[in-house]
Amino acid sequence: MKDTPLSNCERDFLLRAIEEKKRLDGRQTYDYRRIKITFGTDYGCCFVDLGKTRVMAQVSCELVAPKENRPNEGIMFFNIELSPMASPAFEQGRQSELSVKLNRQLERCLRNSKCIDTESLCVVSGKTVWQIRVDIHMLNNDGNLMDASSIAAITALCHFRRPDVGIQGEEVTVYSPEERDPIPLSIYHMPISVSFSFFQQGTYLLVDPCEREERVMDGLLMIAMNKHREICSIQSSGGIMLLKEQVMRCSKIASVKVSEITELISKALLNDKAARKAGGRCGFAESMPQERITALKTEETPMEMKDVTERANDIIQKAEAPPPAYPKLNDDRENISDSEEEEVVILHPEIPGKVCTL
Amino acid sequence: MEVCGSSNVSLREFGCEQSLLSRPDGSSSFVQGDTSVMAGVYGPAEVKVSKEIYDRAILEVLIQPKVGLPSVRERSQEQCVRETCEASLLLSLHPRSSLTLILQVLHDDGSLLSCCLNAACMALMDAGLPMSCLFCGVTCAITAEGEIITDPTAAQEKPLTGMRDESRALMTFAIDSAERRVMMSSTKGSFSVHELQQCIAVSQKASEKIFQFYRDSVKRRYSKTH
Repeated sequence: MKDTPLSNCERDFLLRAIEEKKRLDGRQTYDYRRIKITFGTDYGCCFVDLGKTRVMAQVSCELVAPKENRPNEGIMFFNIELSPMASPAFEQGRQSELSVKLNRQLERCLRNSKCIDTESLCVVSGKTVWQIRVDIHMLNNDGNLMDASSIAAITALCHFRRPDVGIQGEEVTVYSPEERDPIPLSIYHMPISVSFSFFQQGTYLLVDPCEREERVMDGLLMIAMNKHREICSIQSSGGIMLLKEQVMRCSKIASVKVSEITELISKALLNDKAARKAGGRCGFAESMPQERITALKTEETPMEMKDVTERANDIIQKAEAPPPAYPKLNDDRENISDSEEEEVVILHPEIPGKVCTL
Repeated sequence: MEVCGSSNVSLREFGCEQSLLSRPDGSSSFVQGDTSVMAGVYGPAEVKVSKEIYDRAILEVLIQPKVGLPSVRERSQEQCVRETCEASLLLSLHPRSSLTLILQVLHDDGSLLSCCLNAACMALMDAGLPMSCLFCGVTCAITAEGEIITDPTAAQEKPLTGMRDESRALMTFAIDSAERRVMMSSTKGSFSVHELQQCIAVSQKASEKIFQFYRDSVKRRYSKTH
């Protein structure tokens, strides 16, 4: 499926509007769209809405053998899936350029910054370690997938609880959540990426581009930072040339945005913790907004089953008798024996006494 | 084996939201208890020449699991959903086009295939694609004692290992809205002909509740005049 191409008049309109400091949705230059974070039923599942961009992250864990050059450390594995649901341009299975770019950026942002203590994931040194797998699915692409993915990934990692293990010598027992409470991962800091899009060869800058703005931009600068103002990763793509002052200005803006977003994440995690402690049901089902006209929910409904048995009996009686299980053998069929002796079959038995005359 | 009058035959609470994604032409999320599935539909859209069919649209179904890449299990579920949709969509109204239905599993707590079918139907309705009938999915499980449970949870779906609350057989039926007939069935486990007919009858009864829910959702949605 192909995406609808951008028309020239749309492109011109967007660029002119940016020159006049106006954005399509009325935001200011440095404004983020509304961010909403909700959690799923099990630990490690997180939904992030960045305006209309929707992303889901799920963290899971497994016991595996460690890498040979790092026998004491656990393994982190990131996978960003560009689901065809997010945009008609995404195809299932094909590793597009965007998919490779997002995966690489997220890996640099989270793995190379050492935000997770991988040594605490070691169970038996050299033999068994935890492999933490983060799967991120794009549900709706309205621009700025990178920021939404990074928020979803780090929130899901903070939310995740791994099962407790008991070690006796070389034997490892994994306890289920009912036996022992699961343990959260040890996270040092939360790196969050902020994207800046540049227009007209670097003259104009916008934070958090939406999908239309992404289509007309010249280049993108991604800065991943944590709230302690440490830069975890910087990536500039699109071939635009930026001045030193521009990059400094962007990093200052990024630090402000990152502290706001980190506070939002911490608040969401606290709310979820309180909700789980209070014992209520949590998950996607609960977070469905009920006051919307496009949503509806019903209660558990019992069903009446009075005439089910009669109906079933009826149907079976009216149905034809099934064919017999084994077909009857025809009597005039030859029995082919498997014996090794060859039976000599005489087709035309000679009448004894007759002599063939030449 | 009898079905009790009013005992464990009940449907979990379900909910649905439509038009929740801005990019797909139609989208919905369907929730049954804790099992939730999100569906997105694109179409009718351009199709590759190698895949086009001269007199009707081609329907592609993709099921994305939550963790890991799609495997053979997802392929077989995709086939079940695709056959149901092809039977109810009027594909000949859109020749040489493609319809793509993408289902994302958000949480699996049992009855996943029927939740996928329900989400698919609501998404197709939301996209406004012409259909000859609506369809819904109902899952039944037969326990070791011979009781029928509808809409089982993941714990109730587990195959027999001697613990309680498990199923000897698990079946999913897709029922159409016009005459309550079975459009698709997918079964696992062993059961008798009698049990199969009882499960079908139970599913047909359950489908009435689900179709009433579809009607209520659409009525609510279009209750405002614009």
